[in-house]
Amino acid sequence: MKISDTLALALRALARNKMRSLLTTLGIVIGVAAVILMQAMGAGASARVGAEISSLGSNMLIVLPGGQDHGAFNGSMRSAPLFTRADMDAIRHECPSVRRAAAVSSRSMRAVAGEHNFTTSLVGTTSDYFDIRDWHTVRGRELAEEDLRQASKSCVVGGTVVTELFADGDPLGAELRLHDLTCTVVGVLAAKGVSTFGQDQDNLVIMPHTTFARRIAGDQHVGMIMVSSTSEADTDAAKAEIEALLRQRRRVLHGEADDFNVRDLREIQQLLGSVTGVLTALLAGVAAISLVVGGIGIMNIMLVSVTERTREIGVRRAIGARAGDILQQFIVEAVVLAGIGGLIGVVIGVGGAFVASRLLNVPLVLSMTSGLIALAVSVVIGVVFGAFPARKASRLRPIEALRFE
Amino acid sequence: MTALTASPLLSLRGVSKIFGAGDAAFVALRDVDLDIHAGEFVAILGASGSGKSTCMNILGCLDTPTSGRYCIEGTAVDDLPDDVLARLRNERFGFVFQGFNLLPRTSAQENVELPLVYAGVAVRERQRRAREVLAAVGLAGRERAAPNQLSGGQQQRVAIARALVNRPYIVLADEPTGNLDSRTGAEIMELLVRLNRDQGLTIVMVTHDRDIAAYASRHVVFRDGVVASDGAYRRAAA
Repeated sequence: MKISDTLALALRALARNKMRSLLTTLGIVIGVAAVILMQAMGAGASARVGAEISSLGSNMLIVLPGGQDHGAFNGSMRSAPLFTRADMDAIRHECPSVRRAAAVSSRSMRAVAGEHNFTTSLVGTTSDYFDIRDWHTVRGRELAEEDLRQASKSCVVGGTVVTELFADGDPLGAELRLHDLTCTVVGVLAAKGVSTFGQDQDNLVIMPHTTFARRIAGDQHVGMIMVSSTSEADTDAAKAEIEALLRQRRRVLHGEADDFNVRDLREIQQLLGSVTGVLTALLAGVAAISLVVGGIGIMNIMLVSVTERTREIGVRRAIGARAGDILQQFIVEAVVLAGIGGLIGVVIGVGGAFVASRLLNVPLVLSMTSGLIALAVSVVIGVVFGAFPARKASRLRPIEALRFE
Repeated sequence: MTALTASPLLSLRGVSKIFGAGDAAFVALRDVDLDIHAGEFVAILGASGSGKSTCMNILGCLDTPTSGRYCIEGTAVDDLPDDVLARLRNERFGFVFQGFNLLPRTSAQENVELPLVYAGVAVRERQRRAREVLAAVGLAGRERAAPNQLSGGQQQRVAIARALVNRPYIVLADEPTGNLDSRTGAEIMELLVRLNRDQGLTIVMVTHDRDIAAYASRHVVFRDGVVASDGAYRRAAA
């Protein structure tokens, strides 16, 4: 019997029980759709995080007070002394692999302009900040050394602040009240959008660190120091230089752990990558289980089908079908069933990935390979789980199959 | 009667068939000798359990004898592998069953094409031949009908067309009129008689109905697994 005949036969047999066939493929559909979706989401999230981290600034290092072993975000910052602008200057001038350094302190604060007010993040920093973050004003000017020296009452605002506070007027030159400090808007930053973690990056007001220290914080402390190395290749060298310098400045004894922490954004990227990797593996496990369950569903329905069609098998054998023809017929039927499930799964997966990428604002990254692998896997599942029922069908003795009621 | 002196088309020699084993063993056929010559129309008669159906299944290579020898055109087929038997059934035999055994929800045309599918005949050729044979059994124009849209008599005609489409030497009919009323049954029998007379088709028919057997030219009567009588029969005037 020709394979084209077998294929036509399989399609017709499946079309006879459309609903049953559709339900049978559901496990495969879900499994394959999950594979496609998870691959697309994983790749999309990585691309997004990668883009975001590089948008934070190239070759960037962040220096935070507090030791590594306590974890970055717990209370250890309190025990370790904070930085000063002198630390920042020392890093900038004494580390050969460091090109720029900026002191950054920030505080959440209510900003008032006219009759509008809005809670924003107030950042006090130094002039290198804009270059390190590769983030510049689209209107007006950035903060300069001069602003810092004079502790000028100037500020640069993000796009969200403009829409919230200056909806009905030109922000440039307008006055902005922060606490009891009134400062003038001198620049508007380019829009950065919402970060992966849901944070609105455009909701901020930037002012000279000197002004921040004097008028807002009341002390000269620096929350963190942002650094950019001379080149990407020098990032590790810059990190080592900063560590050595700060150990000396902060009088960390030999053998004692650092009471500060220099972070490389690539590490964060790697960390996020490993998190996505774990999630991907988890979803892949779910998809694999779903595919196996789908395969068992196919086997189950094929066994039912073989029993239902015992007489048909008998007739076919009587008029000249070989055992191999019957085997082929049922295996092809199982493969077609699984293959159709796989195709539907790919379509749903791609559609789902498209919708999810829109909803989650993640780039749509589809891989041809994962689609093909998913399809191939579903075909293999058809063969594996179709083999047993097909073998059972082919081993029926013609005379017994014919007599079957 | 030259056909009877030539070597037989089908030949059973000392064939026995035992179902089960030990105390539960049931002897369906006991040391049966039977020759069937080309062009004969043989009716195998007997009560149920007499061994007539078992004999028929062995003749059709659907079942194998427990002992004895079965030859087709002088060649022993007892030890042939399953695939060769399948090809023999496909090329040499046409089967007509009591319950028609058409594939449900499959058109008359496609049912008739089925043996050609397994013979590897190309699509166009098998469509042409199926149409031809359907016309020959009086079903021209009903090619697209599914079995449930056809009367019993028409379904049996489709089954006969399916049996004939591969141009077999021999048609094995197992109670071909068993599910039909007597008038339709008579029509089917006349069709078989005509095929036997006009095309020289060898027909072996199992029946327990003497009236139906009357269409055949030779009667083989089974009783308790042995051939009780075997002889020419003068066909009733049809």
